[in-house]
Amino acid sequence: MSTSHQTTAAEHGHPGAAEYVKIAVILSILTMTEVAIWYIPAFAAILTPALIVLSIAKFTLVVMFYMHLKFDSRLFSGVFLWGLFVAISILLTMMALYVNF
Amino acid sequence: MSQAQATAHAEEEHHTSTGLSHNKILMWAFLASDCMFFGTLIMTYMIYRNRSVTGPYPRDVLNIPYTSVSAAVLLLSSLMMVLALQAIQRGRMREYRVWQLATAGLGLLFLGGQFFEFTEFYRDHGLSLSSNLFGSTFFVLTGFHGTHVGIGIIWLISLVIMSLRGTLTPAQAEKVEIAGLYWHFVDIVWIIIFTVVYLIPY
Repeated sequence: MSTSHQTTAAEHGHPGAAEYVKIAVILSILTMTEVAIWYIPAFAAILTPALIVLSIAKFTLVVMFYMHLKFDSRLFSGVFLWGLFVAISILLTMMALYVNF
Repeated sequence: MSQAQATAHAEEEHHTSTGLSHNKILMWAFLASDCMFFGTLIMTYMIYRNRSVTGPYPRDVLNIPYTSVSAAVLLLSSLMMVLALQAIQRGRMREYRVWQLATAGLGLLFLGGQFFEFTEFYRDHGLSLSSNLFGSTFFVLTGFHGTHVGIGIIWLISLVIMSLRGTLTPAQAEKVEIAGLYWHFVDIVWIIIFTVVYLIPY
């Protein structure tokens, strides 16, 4: 049996323009931070983990707010996260096997 | 297409057996598969990046300030994309077209920057697809990402043309939402590439 649905912003509770701009500002600050710590020698020891954390933060913000996973059905999150999980698993396995640290 | 046909078409699209849009589920499934695709390319780059026996090497060619601007351009295009979606969902077609063209324009700017970067690497440093392992993996990874951006630009411009011809109405805003999912995905892939390829030292 089929049902119907509407994809209006109001129903999903999607953010408004002001929230989208705030997210863009945060993303810009995170990107500037990435580049800044790349140039500062004092951060050399923690550069790689810091960059990974910053890029995960940017990735999460875009997926949650711009792609609306925070507001949409959990089924969409499940479908996407499954693919992401497989990709990361392959990545970590290959890294353990072939990347020289 | 008449208004009645457009409305009928929109209603037909919204019938689903799950209560959710099948088109959106399909797009998320495609993006999940694309995660694996890019994951493989990124991994291949990481494995081979430091195994080139001849130059040029990453430290010789990569230009961080230049690529930082490219990354900012793509992030800004994502903001334009969500504003375009919001405009069409609220029935503001003229505003929608402005934001959508701005998104496509920033995408074109990013692609132009990538073309310039590739040209510089080849002309000034002699880095090509076949010069060493770094060149092969770098060009394949960033080239496939650029191809995704190119497809996205064509998609967005097609939507604008459809809206001008009256075949894209606010009732069909989901078409823009699905194109937006693809565009944001291209953005998040670049977030990872920017960190892994350009910033993380090896």
